[in-house]
Amino acid sequence: MRTSTAARTGQYAALLAYLVFLAFPFLWLISIAFKPPRELASLHPTWIPKNPTLDNFRQAFDEQPLLHAGLNSLLAALGAAVIAVLIATPMAYVMARRRGRLAKAATGWVVVGQAFPFVLLIIPLFLVLKNLGLINSVPGLVMVYVVWSLPFALWMLAGYVRAVPRELEEAAAVDGAGRLRTLVSVTAPLLAPGIVATALFAFITAWNEFFFALVLLKTPEKQTLPVILTHFIGAEGVADLGPLAAAAFLATLPSLVVFALIQRRITGGMLAGAVKS
Amino acid sequence: MTRTRTRILTLFACAVLLLAGCSDGGDGADDGRITLRFQSLAWQDESVKANKELVRKWNATHPDVRVEYVQGSWDSVHDQLLTSFEGGEAPDIIHDASDDLADFAYGGYLADLTGLLPARLKSDIPQRSWETVTFGDGVYGVPFLQEPRVLIANATLLKKSGVRIPTPEHPWSWAEFRQVTKELSGDGRYGVAWPLKEPVSATLNLSLSTGGKLFHRGADGKVTVRFEEGDQVVPRTVHDQVNTDRSASPTTLGSGGSDTLPGFFAGKYAMVPLGFSYRQQIEQQAPEGFDWQVLPAPAGADGLAQGVSPQTLSVAEDSPHKKEAAAFVDFLLQPDNMVRLALGDWMLPTGEQALKDPALHTAERGWATGTALAAHLRPAPAQSVRGYAEWKDKVATPALQEYYSGAIGMDELRHRLEEDGNLVLARYQR
Repeated sequence: MRTSTAARTGQYAALLAYLVFLAFPFLWLISIAFKPPRELASLHPTWIPKNPTLDNFRQAFDEQPLLHAGLNSLLAALGAAVIAVLIATPMAYVMARRRGRLAKAATGWVVVGQAFPFVLLIIPLFLVLKNLGLINSVPGLVMVYVVWSLPFALWMLAGYVRAVPRELEEAAAVDGAGRLRTLVSVTAPLLAPGIVATALFAFITAWNEFFFALVLLKTPEKQTLPVILTHFIGAEGVADLGPLAAAAFLATLPSLVVFALIQRRITGGMLAGAVKS
Repeated sequence: MTRTRTRILTLFACAVLLLAGCSDGGDGADDGRITLRFQSLAWQDESVKANKELVRKWNATHPDVRVEYVQGSWDSVHDQLLTSFEGGEAPDIIHDASDDLADFAYGGYLADLTGLLPARLKSDIPQRSWETVTFGDGVYGVPFLQEPRVLIANATLLKKSGVRIPTPEHPWSWAEFRQVTKELSGDGRYGVAWPLKEPVSATLNLSLSTGGKLFHRGADGKVTVRFEEGDQVVPRTVHDQVNTDRSASPTTLGSGGSDTLPGFFAGKYAMVPLGFSYRQQIEQQAPEGFDWQVLPAPAGADGLAQGVSPQTLSVAEDSPHKKEAAAFVDFLLQPDNMVRLALGDWMLPTGEQALKDPALHTAERGWATGTALAAHLRPAPAQSVRGYAEWKDKVATPALQEYYSGAIGMDELRHRLEEDGNLVLARYQR
């Protein structure tokens, strides 16, 4: 019993240390965002600003179109998440349920697809999008994000599909349900946590993405938040630290909110009550 | 089953068409007006405002040639431009730094401005500045802003120590500078903090003052590295300050300029060698009552000479309106406008007329000291050396970092810069 308590204490201590490790950059970012320039350059920085100010936020909004960029980021990330899930769900089902040569080849291609570095892809991609008239457009960026997140989304979802017992689908078939009906009425609801997790992955990936957005979006009206954030950095890496931290803090909020809203769906019991014991 | 497949294909085709329909589909200038895209890297508040205001002014007076301001970023400009050039979507007017232009110029992405610029602009900017943007026979940019490296000093500590205060007319020699930093050290304070996270350009540029050349072009046009006596004065001074005199902080060697400011404000370092534009940060962040001043960098056998890579404005080779783009560059760099841009970025204009402006000669915030250095600025030694980037990253940066920290001696430094360095450069010159 004593060993168990000690082990549990150790586990909690490790968990706390990990949480502190994860939270530190974010808390420090918040601290910087509210500090006036003179406190930013202090040799003995404090966690709590001595003279908290909103000037950094005001300056960030004055200098850069943050709201507009935030809207662009939101459109790109939501678009990418929804489309990626719509495409990946049936594909993942086939990959997981059909074990033929084609499914194996597709799985192999998914793995290989992850290995291509961005810089190798960006110029051909740029030319393709240019020919489609999709340069400097959020829909163009959405297409890129969908293609980019699709391999991993497929990989994730295929795992979730495999976790759904075949017996449930067989039972539905015995009851006379067709394949599409089985997929929609039986499998899809059980896949919901996986679909939500995959959508979240696609959303956050697109929300944080910088390089494609930098290259594909030309005008300030179309640019996303990660691109706009670099405008607070000057030559030789000199940064306008206060407004940069303020803008970065605001940029992290939407993904945190989205995560907070749907994390229960992910952590909830996936197959609770699905099969009678 | 076939019907389902057809439905899916139709849906996919519709999605593609819908997405294509949502795009802006180009400039759409069917009213005969020309639209030029000007990508600016201005980032400081005052500078962005000055640029936007000048664009507005141009647009108000040139109804047929509209300029669209596009914000770029120093952090990613090279990759972003390279992709835009490859895709034929580059901005018409491009803001960059001269040391980033060589690849683009040799790659045929930038327009040769030789016949496009007015005589006024050509003669206003000194030849030494034009050399930073001349590649082969062509001129691929207009150098318009530059900054010398200066010593920002804690004026209170300097006065208290009683050392001679240098001026551009009577600067410190490198030996004197070493002596002064010794005198300013003590009580947990260092005479100087060298922020040498990027040690190569700082070392090379300052070494021009001691006759350092490092890169030598032979009769066959090939460049080799020779680390001679003139090249060794600056590195040796830094090394000895850190490792022998203990008058320079060893911890700041891996830092960037901004990282040294908290220690500077706290009186931990009496001086910090920084770019001229850092004054803006100092003005903004220094504690109330902190007294600072700008001193010229030490001088050597070649006086106050030092290397710079000016900020430039170029025109894309693919631009269908090069003449109009060059006219906008000329407008932007009219003396008064050049002064506004320089003040906005806390830098020096390259134009002779702009340099005469009284606003740049005031003693306040060290403007006069910096302006007095303008005549001594030269093209950075590595401007047109092909393979420089690889030499810098793979050979010179680690070698200098190890030398400054005391891990290797001068002989080993020379060996690595020359032997290893020439192997790298040779690959680019076959």
